[in-house]
Amino acid sequence: MAKKVLVAADVRAGKLRKVTYEMLAAAGRVAEGGPIAVAILGHRVENLAAGLGDFGADTVYVADAPQLQEYTPAAYRKVLLEVVRGFTPDVILFAHSAVGRDLAPMVAMRMGAGQVSDAVDVAMEGGQIVFTRPIYAGKAFTKVVVREGVTVATLRPNNLEAASGGQGKSGTIQKVDVQLEPADLSTTVREIVQKTTGGVDLAEARIIVSGGRGVKSADGFKPLYELAEALGGAVGASRGACDAGYCDYALQIGQTGKVVTPDLYIACGISGAIQHLAGMSNAKVIVAINKDPEAPIFQVADYGIVGDLFEVVPKITAAVRQLKGQSV
Amino acid sequence: MNIIVCLKQTFDTEERIVLEDGVIKEEGVRYVINPYDEYAVEEGIRLKEEHGGEVVVISVGPSRTEEALRTALAMGADEAILADDPELFGDEYTIARVLAAIIQQREYDIILAGNQAVDDGSGQVAVRLAEELGIPHISTLTKLVVEGDRVTGYRDAEGNEEHVEGKLPILVTAQQGLNDPRYPSLIGIRRAGKKPLSHVTRADLGLSRDDIRPRTQVVKTFLPAAKQAGRILSGDLDAQVNELITALRTVEKVID
Repeated sequence: MAKKVLVAADVRAGKLRKVTYEMLAAAGRVAEGGPIAVAILGHRVENLAAGLGDFGADTVYVADAPQLQEYTPAAYRKVLLEVVRGFTPDVILFAHSAVGRDLAPMVAMRMGAGQVSDAVDVAMEGGQIVFTRPIYAGKAFTKVVVREGVTVATLRPNNLEAASGGQGKSGTIQKVDVQLEPADLSTTVREIVQKTTGGVDLAEARIIVSGGRGVKSADGFKPLYELAEALGGAVGASRGACDAGYCDYALQIGQTGKVVTPDLYIACGISGAIQHLAGMSNAKVIVAINKDPEAPIFQVADYGIVGDLFEVVPKITAAVRQLKGQSV
Repeated sequence: MNIIVCLKQTFDTEERIVLEDGVIKEEGVRYVINPYDEYAVEEGIRLKEEHGGEVVVISVGPSRTEEALRTALAMGADEAILADDPELFGDEYTIARVLAAIIQQREYDIILAGNQAVDDGSGQVAVRLAEELGIPHISTLTKLVVEGDRVTGYRDAEGNEEHVEGKLPILVTAQQGLNDPRYPSLIGIRRAGKKPLSHVTRADLGLSRDDIRPRTQVVKTFLPAAKQAGRILSGDLDAQVNELITALRTVEKVID
């Protein structure tokens, strides 16, 4: 049965994140011929709407206002519900991102709707939308359906193939009249401090170079940053490294911390505790570098190098730089 | 200050998951306070130590959850409420409504919870609860400051740290790094046994089955295919590095 699907675009630093196109692909799967709309909220985001018809959008709702420059829950909820009232979707898709994972449950609760969080796959099975999602950070998975009412879901970035272009939908742009009152700005963002290096965010990084206790100190992370930079990736860490104070908790990967699914995960000096493996073992390719040949990380690694990371990592960095023609 | 902390009891993160007839086996599993909720408990107790008042810990879950609540009491919480009536169990929608029904019967200035649980990991319940109560929230905090009725939270937003301001009453969710939870002291454990821990049922809360009907249903639980261990490279280090780079480029196609 044809369904109306609304995609809440994920905007970061004035750009649509790739997960927006992944959500459009998911929308195409579940709409079964029904109309697909995209909602873009932010400030100076009008230019992002053009061309989305090619990626499957029939309508693009644009809510552009200075008060939407930064994400604040109440204001975003109000504006998105305004779009929902206009479009009356059967399905609303969000990114499982800093904004989407906060906004989706608010909208779902206001609508009395069920929500499936952090879906890594979606398919039509027997006329139902069936989402697949990890539990226990990927130690197990469930298939979940919403039994009644509107279906709300958040999709994990980097899991679904992004929508391809050339779909030739109209992508009609519709401006949303943003009317916010003081009560809609019950929280305000005073300041934003950037914490990751090079601006590559762990959740979306295609390549992650990650360090554990074996890195031995905050300084020991330097060669990892160099490799990450050469590869255009991000740096992550194990709980051991964070607990030891070598790096910020924002970098932690694991069942506590972030769950990541990059194309390439390079684990340096990480032994591979179960709780860490839960956060990264779904990476496409895993490389482990560890002095201890018995380290459990080698059980999930596609390629292992037994050796001292302080010798191995700089050599890999040099090889990558040579490959890419980068100067040292 | 009236402080409420919501917590869930979860498997210890070092536990493996075993399925029996399609259901996760709970036998012999070590349970803990969901680590993110543990930060919330710690932060609640610190707020009490700074501003005075009371910390009430609330959970929806089976009777084994008593142990997690007793731990929170031993850490320094003052009172615990457990909704262990199975008729109150359900999905995130259900749990948020049940928590709201419990909390609406009390006075509160601030509600704390983990930003997600390490089992289901959906991160919905606390935010839904704030919506149901009609109060603002700030999520995934690594720092919390309360001065008068002004609340400042440092929010972890994918590598950015947003400094967000709001006012009491408010709900906040804890991210790793918020604090370092204390271990219960011996004296704390002894005192915990005497602190009030009450049980609530669906009837107590005046909720109909329809009020809390779950919206979602899990149709299948399964384990991922076991990952095959790959190759340990051999030869001298330069040869290993060359082989690795070649494989990543030409076989795996993950670098170019």
